[in-house]
Amino acid sequence: MLLIPCPWCGPRDEAEFTYGGQAHVPYPRDPAALTDEEWARYLFFRDNPKGPHAERWCHTISCRRWFNVVRDTATNEVLAAYRIGEAGPVIS
Amino acid sequence: MPRQLPSSAHPFRLPTGGRIDRSRTLTFRFDGVAYTGHPGDTLASALLACGVRQVATSIKLGRARGVFGVGSEEPNALVRIEAPYAEAMVTATTVELCEGLVAFGLPGRGRLPDGPDPARYDAVYAHCDVLVVGAGPAGLAAALAAARTGARVVLADENGELGGSLLGRGAADDWGARARDELAGFPQTRVLRRTTVFGYYDDNYLLALERRTAHLGAAAPAHVSRERVWRIRAGRVVLATGAHERPIAFADNDRPGVMLASAARAYVHRFGVAPGRRAVVFTACDSGYPAALDLAAAGTEVAAIVDARPQAGLWAQRARDAGLPVRAGHAVTGTSGDPCLTSVAVRELRDGEPTGPVAVVDADTLLVSGGWNPTVHLFSQAGGTLRHDPARVAFVPRECRQAVEVVGSAAGAFTLAECVADGARAGARAANREATEADLGHVLAPPPDPDDIGGGAPPVPLWLVPGPDEPRTHFVDLQRDVTVADLRRATGAGLSGVEHLKRYTTAGTAHDQGRTSGVLTTGVAAHLLGVEVSALGTTTYRPPYTPVPFAALAGRDRGALHDPVRVTALHDQHLARDAVFENVGQWKRPWYYPLAGEDMAAAVARECRAAREGVAFMDASTLGKIDVQGADAGVFLDRLYTNMISTLKPGRIRYGVMCRADGMVLDDGTVLRTADDRFLVTTTTGNAAAVLDWMEEWLQTEWPQLRVHCASVTEQWATVALVGPRSRDVLSALAPQLPSSSDDFPFMAWRDTRVAGVAARVCRISFSGELAYEINVPPWYAPHVWEAIARAGAPYGITPYGTETMHVLRAEKGYPVVGQDTDGTVTPQDLGLGWAVSAKKRDFVGKRSHARADTARPDRKQLVALLPDDRHTLLPEGGQVVADAPLPAPPVPMLGHITSSYRSTALGRTFALALVRGGRERVGQRIYVPVGSVLVPVTVAEPVLYDPEGARRDG
Amino acid sequence: MTADTEQPLAPVSPLVRYAGRFAAVTRASGGAVRLAELPLLAQLSVRLDAKGPAAEAVRFALGLALPVEPDTVAFSDELAALWLGPDEWLVVGRPGSAAGLEERLRAAVAGEHAAVTDVSGQRTTVLVGGARARDLLAHGCPLDLHPRAFGPGRCAQTTLARAGVLLAGRDEHRPGYWLLTRSSFAGYVADWLLDAATEYVADATSIT
Ligand SMILES: [Zn+2]
Repeated sequence: MLLIPCPWCGPRDEAEFTYGGQAHVPYPRDPAALTDEEWARYLFFRDNPKGPHAERWCHTISCRRWFNVVRDTATNEVLAAYRIGEAGPVIS
Repeated sequence: MPRQLPSSAHPFRLPTGGRIDRSRTLTFRFDGVAYTGHPGDTLASALLACGVRQVATSIKLGRARGVFGVGSEEPNALVRIEAPYAEAMVTATTVELCEGLVAFGLPGRGRLPDGPDPARYDAVYAHCDVLVVGAGPAGLAAALAAARTGARVVLADENGELGGSLLGRGAADDWGARARDELAGFPQTRVLRRTTVFGYYDDNYLLALERRTAHLGAAAPAHVSRERVWRIRAGRVVLATGAHERPIAFADNDRPGVMLASAARAYVHRFGVAPGRRAVVFTACDSGYPAALDLAAAGTEVAAIVDARPQAGLWAQRARDAGLPVRAGHAVTGTSGDPCLTSVAVRELRDGEPTGPVAVVDADTLLVSGGWNPTVHLFSQAGGTLRHDPARVAFVPRECRQAVEVVGSAAGAFTLAECVADGARAGARAANREATEADLGHVLAPPPDPDDIGGGAPPVPLWLVPGPDEPRTHFVDLQRDVTVADLRRATGAGLSGVEHLKRYTTAGTAHDQGRTSGVLTTGVAAHLLGVEVSALGTTTYRPPYTPVPFAALAGRDRGALHDPVRVTALHDQHLARDAVFENVGQWKRPWYYPLAGEDMAAAVARECRAAREGVAFMDASTLGKIDVQGADAGVFLDRLYTNMISTLKPGRIRYGVMCRADGMVLDDGTVLRTADDRFLVTTTTGNAAAVLDWMEEWLQTEWPQLRVHCASVTEQWATVALVGPRSRDVLSALAPQLPSSSDDFPFMAWRDTRVAGVAARVCRISFSGELAYEINVPPWYAPHVWEAIARAGAPYGITPYGTETMHVLRAEKGYPVVGQDTDGTVTPQDLGLGWAVSAKKRDFVGKRSHARADTARPDRKQLVALLPDDRHTLLPEGGQVVADAPLPAPPVPMLGHITSSYRSTALGRTFALALVRGGRERVGQRIYVPVGSVLVPVTVAEPVLYDPEGARRDG
Repeated sequence: MTADTEQPLAPVSPLVRYAGRFAAVTRASGGAVRLAELPLLAQLSVRLDAKGPAAEAVRFALGLALPVEPDTVAFSDELAALWLGPDEWLVVGRPGSAAGLEERLRAAVAGEHAAVTDVSGQRTTVLVGGARARDLLAHGCPLDLHPRAFGPGRCAQTTLARAGVLLAGRDEHRPGYWLLTRSSFAGYVADWLLDAATEYVADATSIT
């Protein structure tokens, strides 16, 4: 049971959150202008790193806020948590 | 040893000593024979005291097995408890004796009881600054040091008493008692006895199992949970989990009478039991000597101390001084007995090989000490890595990213003074206090250590004593009956990793999780492969550390509390009308309302008839409702729905479909415009939370500039659907002030009014094709309104109807249900809802995907109706659809599947909805549905079977 | 049908059928666990920018500042305002006061980017009091309810057993908790509380 630091409520049990996949994948500005392949990349392709990964979580059971987390996928260590619109840490 | 009650009741009970209450006697039965013991005994110690040597038989080979250990490391003494409680398979070493206990030895595996378990189980969430696991000397010191800072401390130990190796050890035990007393005085400290921490997960989340009432026997109070799972979130964890002594693989090392040396000592000190009359001690480290001396002091004759080390050191001198014969540089090569131990074979050990003549030593007990394995299971579960310490011949903790520290013998420290100092420092550190040596030395002066003689000899790695023959009885894993021969077969087959060897041989997979066998397996395998033990490593330790009953894991979540049951404000009304309920997600919804003598088909047919010909009403409160407010609410809904919402006028209602970005249907429902800047959106019952989450996700992550807020109002309104050609009459009777003609109150409009005196919002929408209303009222008045509708409708023969009738009515009209007729791969166009997809809007979520090649292809699966040639054949939902009869050779091309199937009273026949490849092109065609061995012929039809002109919706 | 409109209607709260069992637990536990429904409280969902003029307007209208510290409650004589999110609060008042509250709030935030929604029917409230209240909740609530972490004036949306709940610590004068549960889950939550209370009741048969 991960302890996820909600930027609003503080650390809470993982079970209170839902996972939202890779962060910083914005909805394309003009979908109609994209080729099928570009659109498919937006829809279906995501990174799958071993190590730090910026991902979205929502504190569904509580404040219902979406936010971003940098989590090391190999150790489950949460390296950063930041609100939507805030700049994330630089991941080297 | 013969299996009969000896002449004296407790032939192996020492006259004094042990932490048992000799003033009270408990009676128990084992394998049908009556015995006695004392409070403080375990089943194992009581059996040993009574002279019962064989307790069980082994799983694969059926060999006789006796008590080998003293706690949860026990691999042999598996028993089933029949009374005063039922346990399918536990170790005799962990069963606290109680009056009336009835137990049986097991052949390596248990069998679940047939009846239900009447006991209660529960869970508790606990939070602490410091969790200390293990209450031996190191753990007690850590807990005390932490508690003294005022920190919130949890101390958990799997035994009935705190103290670990100190128990029954005179002055050392007194030290433990003082520590126990002091801990009891800290209000922020929680001491959990009989509690095994069995799982160590991320972010210092640990699970523990507390056995609360088994030791009370028949006196266990029924209202107290029998077992409890503790869910502990700890700031820091101190693992003081101790160490397990390791056996050695030699021929016939599994006979009853063979026992770990430390276990034998514990039986003497804690239980006042002599493990035997005449013992041989076989050791590869110093630990065999104090065991031998303790046994000798307790009156057991020590026939020989067989030390694999050529130079045995100070301890050997001690033993010799006490008159015990020591054979340094020797090994036990085998045992005899039928089946219990009667003699031990001893030979000289040279370069790891037995040589020279065999000495046969008569003995009924053989104590074994192959060295110590620090109990690193929890540390390893936490993600900690291990390293091999060649000086200690042990795998010890290296590092872990979690806030955990390992102390005492679990970290490789093996003297009492080290353990106490180590524990105290760690406890203080865990509570964020750097304690000085002087502080701790003063307050935590360690007890005198009877085992500290001021010097010792290092242990040697001894895994295997090569036997005279094929090592088929050199047991490595006693519980799985895995031998050196099995490991040799595995390495011979080319396996060279411990994880592979484990799975090939099953070593370490039994319910003791390889506590005694794990490192021995590694050692023997390293020997066979000719590699270093450190290179081979250990297998990964995984939770649970000890077996955990499913009942305990389930806790309170069973029976009626297994999963939340959601009910509407009208639930009592449904109960009063004998509704049969259907589970829809977590909701209980009335499925149908049978009258006396009616089966489901009859009830549904009657309910359908009432809705089509007269009037009927249902509880539609479970539909999700979301209040969408704000200046940009229209723009927002335009982006989420496939059709145009912003053009809707206040007072009117529009049906809408939502897609995911991939273009597949997410949900559908109606949208009411309640004000210029306010809408009420309905969702399907199962998707209410998901749609609200979906809206929030877009608002927060993509469109934060939109001035919109959403609020769930699902339970703010109770909703009654009033359906049928006479519904207007019923509504008019209840809401005389409401203009009811279709001109004044047209289809897809809503009005605020009063119904049966209650403020209500009435919508003219229909999920049946009939004239229909949805009456929304505050939930606390819903029972009143429901009963008023029933009374007002009585002259028209009104009946309540359930979800089954709702489904028949909607399917007759070809209305799909999201989640039943869709599965996440279906577009609005596939459902025939292309009319609800705006071509004008520049974008909406899913629009771009509708132009993808795959989504636009004409032969996608499309929703159609299927009419069986035989009007009485009800097709199975989920049934496959094929083109040809007879079936061609496999693989048979599948055209699709049936999503909904009903009997229709209105149509006078059965029918189904199905997703069929190129279905709309196939209308009129004959296709087939395989049902068992029969191919049922069906005709494809347009999905709207009833009133396709829509003539009935205005009544 | 006129008969229906003549006498005042008695509103039915979600846990009306549990009143007897709640009282029995309170009695049988000697007050160690006190359970009671606080039915039909007025509840308003308020959404606005905590830093904007609407927040100030609401403070003026209610005589109560919406708390900006996450997971806290602000009290006035008549009202409690619970933080639900950075732009979301639940304003709780006496039964029957919802319409008036909604009107006051709407008037206060008119013209702003704000939303006021009557959600009085969404949840019902259970009082969980008594010396063992914290122990009782700890059987199913993963939050740390120790006074050091969750004292009076704290609130949190979390889970109790398998249901989402809104939990608030009452003020110092009235120790215990308010447990707000969705109306449809209320029966489950009540059954769970009664079952969990068994251990704190000497004679368990007296409450079934
Ligand atoms: Zn939060």
